[in-house]
Amino acid sequence: MKIVACIKRVPTTEAQVKVSADQKGLDTAGLSWMTSFYDELAVEEAIRSKEKHGGDVTVLTLGPSEASKDVREFLARGADAGVILKDDQWHARDARATAKILCARIQKAGAELVFLGKLATDRDNGAVGPMIATMLGWACVTDVVALELNGTQGSAKRETEQGIETVAFALPAVITCQKGLNEPRRANLKGIMAVKAKAIPEESFEDVPNQQQVQKVEPPPARKAGRIVGEGAAAVQALVDALRNEAGVI
Amino acid sequence: MRPFQQLDYIRLDDQFSEDERMVLDTVRSWVTERYLPLAMEHFEAGTFPMQLVPELAELGVFGPTTPAEYGGAGLNNVAAGLIYQELERGDSGLRSFVSVQGGLVMYPIYSFGSEAQKRRWLPLLASGKAIGCFGLTEPDFGSNPAGMLTTAKKDAKGWVLNGRKMWITNGTVSDVAVVWARAEGQIRGFLVPKGTPGFSAPEQKHKFSLRASVTSELVLEDVHLPEDAILPGSGGLKSPLACLTQARYGIAWGALGAAHACFDEALSYSKARVVFDKPLAGFQLPQKKLADMATQITLGQLMALHLGRLKDQDKLTPAMVSMGKRNNVMLALETARVCRDMLGANGISLEYQTGRHMCNLESVVTYEGTHDIHTLAIGHELTGMPAYR
Ligand SMILES: Cc1cc2nc3c(=O)[nH]c(=O)nc-3n(C[C@H](O)[C@H](O)[C@H](O)COP(=O)(O)OP(=O)(O)OC[C@H]3O[C@@H](n4cnc5c(N)ncnc54)[C@H](O)[C@@H]3O)c2cc1C
Repeated sequence: MKIVACIKRVPTTEAQVKVSADQKGLDTAGLSWMTSFYDELAVEEAIRSKEKHGGDVTVLTLGPSEASKDVREFLARGADAGVILKDDQWHARDARATAKILCARIQKAGAELVFLGKLATDRDNGAVGPMIATMLGWACVTDVVALELNGTQGSAKRETEQGIETVAFALPAVITCQKGLNEPRRANLKGIMAVKAKAIPEESFEDVPNQQQVQKVEPPPARKAGRIVGEGAAAVQALVDALRNEAGVI
Repeated sequence: MRPFQQLDYIRLDDQFSEDERMVLDTVRSWVTERYLPLAMEHFEAGTFPMQLVPELAELGVFGPTTPAEYGGAGLNNVAAGLIYQELERGDSGLRSFVSVQGGLVMYPIYSFGSEAQKRRWLPLLASGKAIGCFGLTEPDFGSNPAGMLTTAKKDAKGWVLNGRKMWITNGTVSDVAVVWARAEGQIRGFLVPKGTPGFSAPEQKHKFSLRASVTSELVLEDVHLPEDAILPGSGGLKSPLACLTQARYGIAWGALGAAHACFDEALSYSKARVVFDKPLAGFQLPQKKLADMATQITLGQLMALHLGRLKDQDKLTPAMVSMGKRNNVMLALETARVCRDMLGANGISLEYQTGRHMCNLESVVTYEGTHDIHTLAIGHELTGMPAYR
C-alpha cells in the first residue's frame, strides 16, 4: 500500500512571533522552525501502518528547501521517501491552494492512504485534510485517536467534544491525527547515518492562486493587569463579590 | 520545564551539516525528556540511572564513531562532539558514562585489540549489553601514570595481575575493565572480565562531585588471565594516552554543554528575578557577567568545532586537544561559578541545574589530565621543554 504523510514546517512553539511590516503575515526573519506537532503523529501513524500492513511511506511537504532536515528526520525514523514541493511562500498559502497542490502530488504517488495532522499549529485551520479528501472523493476521518486497518476497510476512533466516536470507513482515505493517537518514535544515530546521503527531491508544481486573502494580522490584545482583591480570609468575600458582580460568572 | 535555548551568538549553527544538526536535536530531546527529569534525584542519591542504558544504546551514543560493522553508528567527530555536548548539558556524570564506554573502552579495544576481542566486545559494548571501565589511575600515581605499580607477570597459562586502581568511573558496574599494567617493563592493556577471581571493584562513596556517576577502586590480587587477555596492539604509555586524547576531545565539547546549561538558566533567571524593583538582568554588573560568559562560551564553541573538523581530517594532535580540554573545562567551571552566584540562594538548590554542574565540573577539571597538567602540556608544545618534573 502506498501511504503519504503530509507535513508542514511551522514556527517553533518557543518562537517569539512578530507580525510583518505589511501586517499580512509573520515576520519570518530569525524565526526557528519545526514540523507541526500533529504532523509528527501523522508520520508516526503512517510508519506504523506500513510496519503492520506493508507498503511504503512517502513524506510530502509543500515548503522551502530547508524542510529537507525535517523530511530527513522522518526518513531516519522509518519513512521510505521524501518529496519537497518547493515553495518559499508556503506559509502564506490558503488551505484550498495548499490542498490542491498536495492533492495533485498524492494522486501522482498513487496513494491509497494519506495522513495529516488535525491542524497545523501556525494557522490552526484544520482544513487541508478534509479538503484533500473532498477533492479526491475519498473517505475522511478527522481527529483520529485510534486506528485499525483490515485490508481495504478501516475503523477509527475520533475524539469529539461529546465523547469518543468510532467510525468504519473504506480505503482510500484521508486521516487527520489527534494527540493520543501514538507516541512518535525518536530517530537513532544509526538511522540518521543511514539516510544521510539519501536524495530528497525538490519538485515544482502547477501553481494555484490563493482564493482567500489575509487582510490583516494582529497580535492578541494585551491582557489587562490583574487585581489582588484582598488577603487571607477577608479576600474570600471580596473575590466572591467580584466574580458575581463584576465578572458575572457566578 | 522551560525549554532550553542554546546561546548561538555568532550563528555557528549554520556551520553544521544537516545530519550533524539532526544528531544534535535527537540527543538534545532525549536528554531533556528522559534524563533531566531524573537528574536531581540521582545526583542526590549518588547513583547512575542504569535503567537508561538500553535507551542510550538504542540512541547509538556508545562509541558513536565506531564503524557500523562493529556495532557503532559511524558518525564523524563533529557529530560525536555534539553528542557529548548535549549529554553533559544533562550532567557531567552522564557524559562521563558515555565517554568512558566509547573513548576509553571501545576505542582501545578497536585500536589495540585482536580481531577476536573486537568481535566479542565491541557489539556488546555498543549495544549497552556490556559496560566497561578504564583503569589507569592508581592511589599514588594520577598525573604521572608512568610510575604505576600495577604489574602483569607472565606465567605458564597466561598473565597474573596485581595492583590497585583508584577513581575508576563505572568500575563497580562494569562487565569488563581495561586495566593498564606494567608487563615485562612496558605498559600494556588487559581486558579483565567481571567476576575473575582476585578482581573486585568496590565503590568509592562520599563524593560531592559527579555524584550521578559510579566511581570505584579496582583491586587486583593474583588475577589469573588467559594469554589472549592482553590487548596485542598496546605498547607503552602512549597507548592509554591515545585513549585519553579521544576522551579529552569529547570533554572539550562536553564542558560546553554544562556551560550552556548554566548560562541559559542564569540568563532566564536574571530576566525574571526582580531585585530593587527591576529585573536583575537590567543592572550593569549582571550584564557584564553575561557578556563575559557569552563571549567565552562562543570562543569555546569555535575551538571545539575547529578541533572537530581537524580530527575529521586526521590533523588533530594531542597538544591541540590539551588546549581544548583545558580551556573549555575552565571556562565552564568559571561560568558555573558565576551563574551559581547570580541565582542567589537558588544557586545552591538542586532544584536548579547550575549548582549541580558547578560541583560536577570540579571533577572534570581534575580528571583526564588536570588543568595544570594540560598547562604543562601546552608549555611543552610551545617551548619544547618538558617541565613536568
Ligand atoms: C570523578 C572522577 C572520575 C575519574 N575517573 C577515572 C577513570 O575512569 N579512570 C582513570 O584511570 N582515572 C580516573 N580518574 C582519576 C583522574 O584522572 C586523576 O584524579 C587525575 O589524573 C589526577 O590525578 P591525582 O588525583 O592523583 O592528582 P595528582 O596527580 O596527585 O595531582 C594533585 C595536584 O598536583 C598537580 N600536579 C601534579 N603533577 C604536577 C606537576 N608536575 N607540576 C605541577 N603540578 C602538578 C595537579 O595539577 C593537581 O593540582 C577520575 C577522577 C575523578 C575525580
